[in-house]
Amino acid sequence: MTEPLIFEHSRPGRRAWAQSPAEQIDVDLPDELARTTPLGLPEVSELDAVRHYTRLSQKNFSIDTHFYPLGSCTMKYNPRACNTLAMLPEFLSRHPLAPENCSQGFMACMFELQEMLKDVTGMQGVSLTPMAGAQGEFAGVAMIRAYHDARGDTERREILVPDAAHGTNPATAVMCGCVAREIPTDDNGDVDIDALKAALGPQTAGIMLTNPSTLGVFERKIGEISKLVHDAGGLLYYDGANLNAILGKVRPGDMGFDVIHMNLHKTFSTPHGGGGPGSGAVGVSKRLLPFMPIPVVGKTDQDTYRWLREDDLPQTIGRLSTFMGNAGVLLRAYVYARLLGRDGMHRVAEFATLNANYLMARLSEAGFDLAFERRASHEFIITLKRQNKAVGVTATDFAKRLLDFGFHAPTVYFPLLVPECLLIEPTETESKEMLDGFVEAMIAIAKEAEDDIEQLRGAPYTTPVRRLDDVRAARQLDVKFEPAA
Amino acid sequence: MPFIPHTDDDIQSMLAAIGANSIDDLFDEIPADLRCGPLAHVPERASEMQISRIMHQRAEQDGQPLNFAGAGAYEHHIPAAVWQITTRGEFYSAYTPYQAEASQGTLQVIYEYQTMLCGLTGMDVSNASLYDGATALAEAVLMAVRGNRKSKSKVVLLPDTVHPLYREVTQAICATQGLVFKALPMDGETGQIKRSALNDFAGEDITALIIPQPNFFGRFEVVDKLTDWAHDNGALAIAVVNPLALAVTKSPGTWGQKGVDITCGEGQPLGSPLSSGGPYFGFMACKQALVRQLPGRIVGRTVDLDDKPGFALTLQAREQHIRRSKATSNICTNQGLLVTAATIHMAILGPEGLAQVARASMANTKQLVAALTRLHGVEQVFDAAGFHEAVLRVPSDAQALLDRLGDAGIVGGVALGRWFPDLADCILVCATETKIEQDIQHYADTLATLIQSDIDTGVQPAVAYA
Repeated sequence: MTEPLIFEHSRPGRRAWAQSPAEQIDVDLPDELARTTPLGLPEVSELDAVRHYTRLSQKNFSIDTHFYPLGSCTMKYNPRACNTLAMLPEFLSRHPLAPENCSQGFMACMFELQEMLKDVTGMQGVSLTPMAGAQGEFAGVAMIRAYHDARGDTERREILVPDAAHGTNPATAVMCGCVAREIPTDDNGDVDIDALKAALGPQTAGIMLTNPSTLGVFERKIGEISKLVHDAGGLLYYDGANLNAILGKVRPGDMGFDVIHMNLHKTFSTPHGGGGPGSGAVGVSKRLLPFMPIPVVGKTDQDTYRWLREDDLPQTIGRLSTFMGNAGVLLRAYVYARLLGRDGMHRVAEFATLNANYLMARLSEAGFDLAFERRASHEFIITLKRQNKAVGVTATDFAKRLLDFGFHAPTVYFPLLVPECLLIEPTETESKEMLDGFVEAMIAIAKEAEDDIEQLRGAPYTTPVRRLDDVRAARQLDVKFEPAA
Repeated sequence: MPFIPHTDDDIQSMLAAIGANSIDDLFDEIPADLRCGPLAHVPERASEMQISRIMHQRAEQDGQPLNFAGAGAYEHHIPAAVWQITTRGEFYSAYTPYQAEASQGTLQVIYEYQTMLCGLTGMDVSNASLYDGATALAEAVLMAVRGNRKSKSKVVLLPDTVHPLYREVTQAICATQGLVFKALPMDGETGQIKRSALNDFAGEDITALIIPQPNFFGRFEVVDKLTDWAHDNGALAIAVVNPLALAVTKSPGTWGQKGVDITCGEGQPLGSPLSSGGPYFGFMACKQALVRQLPGRIVGRTVDLDDKPGFALTLQAREQHIRRSKATSNICTNQGLLVTAATIHMAILGPEGLAQVARASMANTKQLVAALTRLHGVEQVFDAAGFHEAVLRVPSDAQALLDRLGDAGIVGGVALGRWFPDLADCILVCATETKIEQDIQHYADTLATLIQSDIDTGVQPAVAYA
C-alpha cells in the first residue's frame, strides 16, 4: 500500500487546534521583514498526522520488529528503560545553560558515565561531547595533531589508515588538515607489517585502527604495531566501531592506544533512530588529556560537579557542539551501563562473540565460504564470489531476498576488498533459535540461486516497495514534493 | 544475564557446534597479557527497578525550574503525539536507511522533512540533517569555500552577532582548513551587525558572509541589504536562522535580490525538548547549483521494479562511504530521530500553528521585557526590532544573580560576560509561548526581591542608579 505524502492529506483551513494559540496575537514586525511566501507546511488534523506517521513507521524494519544482523553496526536490543528514564520530564526540561546549582543530578550521571567509560577503555580521560562516531574521529585526530603541534613537531600531517577501514577514517583525516595514507591488509586480515614499516616516518602523525578490524578478526600484531608507530613518533587512534567485540575482555588503553572514540549507539545500546542521533565519546591517554574537547564534567572538593571549560583546559581542541553533545543519548548510555554492571560488561563481548562464531560455524557447515578461515570476533564475512561465478548471484540478491524471509540484510559490499561479501553481526542479544532461523533462510536462498535465479533477482516481493531505481533517483533528482500547479 | 537470552543448554550446544570448549576459548587470539581484569569503577549491576529509583532521584534533584533562558535552546510545547510516535520501535530502533525496501517509513519521513525545510527556508534542496546548529554552520562554511569557485581567499566574514558558541565550534571544526575568519563588529545601539564595518571589505576577495536571523541577541538583522552586499562583492551568503522565526519572517530564499545561497541552523525549536543541549539537529538547505557540495544524506523519490513510487538515499557519491578522503564531509550518522520528531511536529502544528507559536513567543518576550525593565536598574540594551529574546542590563553581578534565581527555582536567562566583556552586566532572556502572565510576574517579583536585598545590604554598586 502506498501511503500518500502528508502534503497530499492537506486541506486548506484544516488544523490541529489543540496545539497552538487560537486567538489573534499582535506583534511588532517591520513590514520589510514579514514573510511574503507560503510556508509550504501541510494543513492536517492531529489524527491525520498520527495515522500517517504511524503507518509510515510500519514500513520500517527495526530491531524491535526484526533480526537486524547489520555488520559493523551492532544492532542489539535497545532496552526500553534507557529511553523512559532519559525522558523523565526533569531531564527533558533542563536548559543546557542552566546554572550548575540546578544541574547536579544530571551532571552526576555524566560524571559517572565518564568514569565508567574510562575504566572499560583503559583511558585516562573521557569527553562525552562528540555527537557521532565521525565526530569522535574528528576529535581524536584533531587531538593528535594538536599534541604534535604543541611540541613544535608541525610536520606530522600523515594519518595511516588500513585499506579495510571505514570511509569516515580517511574523510576525517582530511577534515583535520591531514593526508590519509592507506596501508594494505595481508591475506589473514592483519595489517601488512612491512608496508606499515615502509610508511612510517617523521611525517607520521598517527594510525587509525579498528580492532577487531572491519574484517571481523582480532589484529594479533597490535603490540608490534603499537611499538612501531610510537617509536616513529606517531600516536595510535582506536576506532571504537567494533568495541562490542572486546568490551570487558581487552582495553584499548592496554593495547597501547592513545585515543579512542566509542560509538555509544552501538556498544552502549542507544538507539540508531533511523540514522542517529549517535554519540562518539572520546577517551584519551595521559599525554592527550590537555587537548580534550570541552566541556567535560569535573568534580569539586565538595563533591559537587562543575563544567570544565577553556579556563581548565587551555590547550583544548575546542568545542564541537553548541552545548555538550547529545546529552539525552548519554543518559541512555548511562542507564544501560548501570543495568549491565561490572559483570554485564564482560558478558557483552563473550556472547556477541559466541553468537558470531556459532552463526559462522553453521553457515560454513551449510556450504558458505568464509572470507577468513579463523576465529570470528563479534562479526564475520561471507563471500559469494564462488556462487557469483557459478550462477551470477550477487550479495545484493541475498540481501534483498533475506527481507522476504523477515530478516534485515547484513552489511553488503563492505569491506570493499572482499568481493560479493556479507558482513554479519548478530550481537549478543539474539537467541540461538533466531540464528538458526537465519541459517535456514540463507540455505533456502542459496538453493533458490541454483534453481531459479530470476525469481531471486526480482526480490524482495513482500516489502512495501520492490527494488528501487537508484540511477533514476540520482539522474532525475526529486528531493522535495512540488504540488501540481 | 541482562539482555542475553542464552540458556545453559544453548551455550553448550553452540560451543559444540563451534568446536570450542568454553567461551573463553573464543578469545584465544587475544594475547594473554592484554586480557582485561575486573572493572573497578563500574558498579555492580542495578535492576530496572533500582536504576529507575536512582534516575528519578537525580531528576528530582534538578527539578523543573521556570525557564527564561534561550540562547540557542528554546522551550516550546511539543504535542504529545510527536514523541509517542517518534519512539515507536520501528523508528527508534531502525538503522540508517541503506536498505531502502526495508526503510520506506524513515525514507518517506525524510523526504517530507526535506520538503518542509525547503518551504520554510525558500531553498531548493535540503539534506537529511547534521548534528546541531553550530556544526551546521561549520559545514555551511566549508561548503561555501568549496562552492564559491570564483573566490580564492577563503575569507569568511563572521559577525559578532552570531551565537558565540557557534563561532567557537565553527572555528574549531574549520581550524585546519586554511580559512580566514574576519569578525564583523556589532552596533552597540541596535545590537545588529555594524553595517559600516562592511565598507572595510568592499572590493576585497570575500568567500562568504554569514548572516544570522534573528541574531544571538534576538535582534533582526537587515538581511536584504546584507545579502545583496555579499553578492555584489562576489561572496556567497550563508543564512543562520531560527526555523520558528521563519514562520513569520521572510524566507532566506527571498532575501535581497537573489536570495541567500545556503541556509542552516538549529532545528531544536521544531520538536526537540531542551534536554541539556541535545540531541537536537542541524539543518541545511541550499540552492540547486550547490547541491553536489551539500554534505550529509539526501533522500530522493524514484520508482521500483513495478513502477511504484518509493524513496532511497541518493547522490551518495558525495559521501564518505563512497568517496572516502574526497567526501564533502566525514559525517555518517546524523540526527535522524530528531528529524522524525520535527517532521511530525511541523505536520501537526501546520503553517498557522507554527506562526501562532512564533507570534506568542514574540508577544510574551515583549511582556517579559516590559515587566523586568520596570524594576530598579534593569534596562533593555538594544533598540532594533527583535524576535523572542532580549538583552537586559541588570544592577548586580549577572551570573551571581542568575545563580540566586536558580536557588529560587528560576532559570532567569544567560549571562553574557563570558563572551562579551562589554555586556558583563547583561543577561539574555526569552519567554516562549509556554509562559503565562503569572510566570512572568513571578520572575519579576523574585528579581525585584533580589535587587531590593542588594540595595538593603549595600551590595549593589552605586553606578547602577545612574
